Amino acid sequence: MERRELLKLIAVTTGTAMVGAPAFAYDKVPPVPLKDTPFSKEDVGFINDVAEVILPKTDTPGAKEANVGATIAVIAADCYTDAQRAHFKAGLKDIDTRAQAQFGKPFLLLDSDSKTALLSELDTEANAYNRKVGLWDVATDKPSDREPGTDKPLPHAFSLVKQMSLYTFFTSEVGATKVLRYVAVPGYYDGELEYKKGDKAWAT
Amino acid sequence: MASNNYDAIVVGSGISGGWAAKELTEKGLKVLMLERGKNIEHIKDYDNAHKEAWDYPHRDMPTQLMKEQYPVLKRDYPLNESTFGMWANEKDNPYVEDKRFDWYRGYHVGGRSLLWGRQSYRLNKDDFEANGREGVAVDWPIRYEDVEPWYDYVERFAGISGNRDGLDVLPDGQFQPAMQLNCVEKDVAARIQKAFKGTRHIISGRTSNMTEPKPEQGRANCQYRSKCWLGCPYGGYFSTQASTLPMAMKTGNLTLRPFSIVKEILYDKDRKRATGVEVIDAETNETYVYNAKIVFVNASALNSAWLLMNSATDVWEGGLGSSSGELGHNVMDHHFRVGASAEVEGYDDKYHYGRRPTGFYVPRFRNWGGDKRDYLRGFGYQGSASRQGWRRDIAELGIGANLKDAISEPGNWQIGMTAFGEMLPHHDNRIYLNKKVTDKWGLPVLAMDVEIRENELRMRKDMKQDAMDMFEAAGLKNVHGFEADYAPGMGIHEMGTARMGRDPKTSVLNKHNQVWDAPNVYVTDGACMTSGSCVNPSLTYMALTARAAHHAVEELKRGNL
Repeated sequence: MERRELLKLIAVTTGTAMVGAPAFAYDKVPPVPLKDTPFSKEDVGFINDVAEVILPKTDTPGAKEANVGATIAVIAADCYTDAQRAHFKAGLKDIDTRAQAQFGKPFLLLDSDSKTALLSELDTEANAYNRKVGLWDVATDKPSDREPGTDKPLPHAFSLVKQMSLYTFFTSEVGATKVLRYVAVPGYYDGELEYKKGDKAWAT
Repeated sequence: MASNNYDAIVVGSGISGGWAAKELTEKGLKVLMLERGKNIEHIKDYDNAHKEAWDYPHRDMPTQLMKEQYPVLKRDYPLNESTFGMWANEKDNPYVEDKRFDWYRGYHVGGRSLLWGRQSYRLNKDDFEANGREGVAVDWPIRYEDVEPWYDYVERFAGISGNRDGLDVLPDGQFQPAMQLNCVEKDVAARIQKAFKGTRHIISGRTSNMTEPKPEQGRANCQYRSKCWLGCPYGGYFSTQASTLPMAMKTGNLTLRPFSIVKEILYDKDRKRATGVEVIDAETNETYVYNAKIVFVNASALNSAWLLMNSATDVWEGGLGSSSGELGHNVMDHHFRVGASAEVEGYDDKYHYGRRPTGFYVPRFRNWGGDKRDYLRGFGYQGSASRQGWRRDIAELGIGANLKDAISEPGNWQIGMTAFGEMLPHHDNRIYLNKKVTDKWGLPVLAMDVEIRENELRMRKDMKQDAMDMFEAAGLKNVHGFEADYAPGMGIHEMGTARMGRDPKTSVLNKHNQVWDAPNVYVTDGACMTSGSCVNPSLTYMALTARAAHHAVEELKRGNL
């Protein structure tokens, strides 16, 4: 059907004889300012820097452009359990500690190759650790999945950082529309779409 | 000024309540529809309908605070930011779990018609006959032929897309063109057809997401956004708001009163008729009495039973309909969260476009057409195939540009399906009033004492193994069976608490959905189900409601109510 007709259709409004109070709507979860999280502006910058190494700018934007740090701070503040948040923060600190030990300077001041070397090593360590404690596919779990009081082992702290980076990057507008593909109103379904290697995946 | 006298009162505004309001108003009755929760206006109040993942502060994930506030809802997928506030507030509306029971309630205008799975199937002939033949519970007082014309009627109005597949186990209906299977699903369907010699089928899911518009209802066809639960501004799927409510309002005969908790049905024991209802205003706590010639109870299966239990208690201690000894008993759900997944090789040059709000369906094949198992009844599968997105196991890719490039492209094709099994009606699976616990309005709450039993546990073994066998037989790789935790209620298909039957001593409702002890009270939601079948039940509630409304109006004319 024509888009014009369609818009006409959905513009039909309804009125009813009504007793009682006026309408409420779907409840809205308000935006969370950084000051309501236990993270500082510097923390956000640091997380963005780490995430940029995990998901760097290539011919498409990287994690920094999506400002994943700001969202990660909010999610870590509200969706994490206390133990998980402490573990996550310790993981961030550990990155800087390692930078000092290996290169004698803070992570932010390392050149790009050193940053990649450091985090690659950490990623390998993290994968080995996760397997040892019986955790699989940690990077693609949802950051909100953990329940307070669970006796399930926590994954390696760097895996939490990686998981957060992936989740917030690909659900960001930049990630969904400039790195992946997204169509707000597809209009139809095609179950045999031609695909060429290199074509991007759908965001959802 | 609003009067307190109506021809009919409809308690509840979900799928069946909406149908009752539409049918009764269109037949000229002045109707009051009562809804315990807030109003939600079509389109205008769908606040999140155009939001994307990045518009939510936590990217649509639940916070720990939300989990604290919704200890039941958090047990499964419905707790998220996009539908927050669309499920009943658990603190205000407690219930007691003698055994774990997951109760997902939509307390607002439209009820769960805004939050349903939209899969729409007819019960088959045997579904209406099996109880009687097998000596399970009681026989249905009606047969498929009694409901068939009403299925036709409600399908034409609601807009159900699906193929006419010609299978006795899943009767065809008045369908719009089906949503298509994708290339992998078609291929697997053909392989299954061959491997099982035509006894097992993969068909297009039949869904209330429309493939053709219904301008007369102001509804466009589905736009493949798959954001149904946010309210569809196109009216692309059947909901009270998009379909039945506007039709009822158009008649000028409907009054809708939100924030109205129906506390009891008022009963005249001399006339053996209901006279109306007593309502508590959920906001002011004031009580009101509304009078009517007929009352339709469509509060959802468990709450409809709750309302009957709280009514006419001066005549029957257990409430209206309890003289049968069956009110609140025979609770059913569909048990699920069992199935299999697999990887599909090839089709690297194919992908999919659009977010199809349905998938494939495998109609029941167990205990059907000569097949005989060590349990009764059967199950169907719902599933889909798609290419993996960015959320896939990429541990070996490490970090950096390689990782990013790899997961920015689609992965392999995967397929998965989950079984939905029939649960037998069992007298000991029951709900009852627990008067020691009260809700925000001081009303006693329901206690749940329901479990799956031997028949379901045996069936679950097949539900897993058959899924694996089918994928193996189709030549798929990495076949994994799964069984996640399931508790009654999780299927969100509560049924059976005021069942229909042929005898007032063993059933709450007669063959027209009338309460035996009060023939001007009709119960037409999931409570009325004498058995559960394994198919999604909402379409059947629509058909039974339309049928009952027709009966009520005829009986009213004859002076029998």
